[in-house]
Amino acid sequence: MKFADTTVSNERYEENTQRLSKRHIWNKAFKGICFGAMAFSILMLIVLLIRILTQGIGFLSWDLIVNFASRNAEDAGMLAALAGTIWLMVVAAPLSFVLGVGTAVYMEEYAPVNRFTKLLQTNISNLAGVPSVVFGLLGLTIFNRLLGLGASVLAGGLTLSLLVLPIIVVASREAINAVPTDVKQASYAMGATKWQTIFRIVIPTSLPGILTGTILALSRAIGETAPILVIGALTYVASTPSDLFSNFTAMPVQIYDWTGRPQEEFQNIAAAGIIIILLMLFFMNSIAVFIRTKFQKRF
Amino acid sequence: MEDRSKLSISERIEQKTKGSGSSSFMEKLMPAVFLLCAIISILTTLGIVFTLLFETVTFFRGVPFADFFASTEWYPFFSEPQYGIWPLVNGTLLVAGIAMMVAIPFGLGAAIYLSEYASEKVRKTVKPVLEVLAGIPTIVYGFFALTFVTPILRAVIPGLDVFNALSPGIIIGVMIIPMIASLSEDAMSSVPNSIREGAFALGATRMEVTVKVVLPAALSGVIASFVLGISRAIGETMIVSVAGGASPGMGIDPTGAVQTMTAYIVQVVKGDAGFGTPIYYSIYAVGMTLFVFTLAMNLLAHYISRRFREDY
Repeated sequence: MKFADTTVSNERYEENTQRLSKRHIWNKAFKGICFGAMAFSILMLIVLLIRILTQGIGFLSWDLIVNFASRNAEDAGMLAALAGTIWLMVVAAPLSFVLGVGTAVYMEEYAPVNRFTKLLQTNISNLAGVPSVVFGLLGLTIFNRLLGLGASVLAGGLTLSLLVLPIIVVASREAINAVPTDVKQASYAMGATKWQTIFRIVIPTSLPGILTGTILALSRAIGETAPILVIGALTYVASTPSDLFSNFTAMPVQIYDWTGRPQEEFQNIAAAGIIIILLMLFFMNSIAVFIRTKFQKRF
Repeated sequence: MEDRSKLSISERIEQKTKGSGSSSFMEKLMPAVFLLCAIISILTTLGIVFTLLFETVTFFRGVPFADFFASTEWYPFFSEPQYGIWPLVNGTLLVAGIAMMVAIPFGLGAAIYLSEYASEKVRKTVKPVLEVLAGIPTIVYGFFALTFVTPILRAVIPGLDVFNALSPGIIIGVMIIPMIASLSEDAMSSVPNSIREGAFALGATRMEVTVKVVLPAALSGVIASFVLGISRAIGETMIVSVAGGASPGMGIDPTGAVQTMTAYIVQVVKGDAGFGTPIYYSIYAVGMTLFVFTLAMNLLAHYISRRFREDY
């Protein structure tokens, strides 16, 4: 009997060893698959960047920046689009900053715990999920038609500032929330009022985080095409905007226009235009990262 | 000049308080200003809802309600226009479906690798790279889909049209990968280590821990990230406008041209549809449908992540 028992357990042992090695093989395969999934994503980014660089770099020229749009690909430039994008940012940046930070300060410092505050929170998170083209419809009706601004820089800037508002609110709330309570209490203990504490302690302390969020939000706004198209941005403009009520075009709209043309030359300058817009985004993101690492206080 | 040292303490306090009249004014004013900022975000939502509702009602004055939901033909530019929404919904769901077939496996795989297998160093390098991927403007993805992915697909799949559902679908999927990866990774990272260690102590391999312990525990967050991904795919505009074509239809053949709800809106605003025409109002009816779809998805994601969350 004893002999038989040992055989059984030996068999079991071998079976288990085999199963274990199978499980380890599975584990390795699974790890490989997951790594592959991650590598694929990064590979796509690399392919995209290389493709656009190789296609567009030969067409980057000074003319592209100082010329207006043209029917000939050789003369075509994006001066109007570049100026339009800068004008849009001049409108959208201060507006979305003030509104976003104001909302965040209200929600973090003043808002009582009630249904209105809860509604506000749900509202912000839902706004963040509204497709940008729907914001375009809002801008078309309210700013373009109802307020009579037309397809102007102002209408475009207002639309974009509402579009990126949730991003700034979320980032600012996070930054304000990170200001430690004891710093605020120290301010109160020195006799400061609530507003003085917010203006002199809370906002300065959270400013790096707020600015980082704002820059990231604006870099989203720069790349937005659909809402700008919907409110009526033109694809062919031969002048830079002269004031807030001028018609305009913007860089993504110009790139969209060139991409849609059948001639290959236009697609090449579209690639060159994309390089310029990606460089702008890269520059803005670098500033955001710089602010984050250089000025952010850790408590 | 009055000698201040002769004033009693209460008098001095009174003087101080009077002097800070402006600051007590600010004290009352600023909460109102901040509240006003907060109200603007609510007004934005109300503005969106009422704009869409109002113009959609105007649209339905000219086009019967029943046609919009019963007809399966969308030919707004014909002399006898047909306004059946289903072809646009069909195109939208087809593209979104293709996108999710790319985004879910790759996004989840990346999330699992980052959360369960990768070292801290790898995680710190890869996450910013994925953020870059998420920050690229959609028009750039559209350009990439039309001029790079479509020609490659056409070489592989004979009979693929220049404008098709497959290429923008794949690229929207790639665009959504970072979002799904990041949200799922957050959900999986918040599963406490003690649970993992318990499974390891029972002799489970890392894969078994991931699939049988971590994923079920993080499931609500993971599913919510998928639903948010679908919402993004449905609302995506420029990639389908550039590479998807303008042929609304009821087919589910990904090799042919389609039109999504978003692409239709762009097609109309680009073409200078006169203000007040049925075509002009139709973009609001389509926009309303789109808004309802994405809102439903966002609320669903919110519900899933709250209702089914495992708290530790």
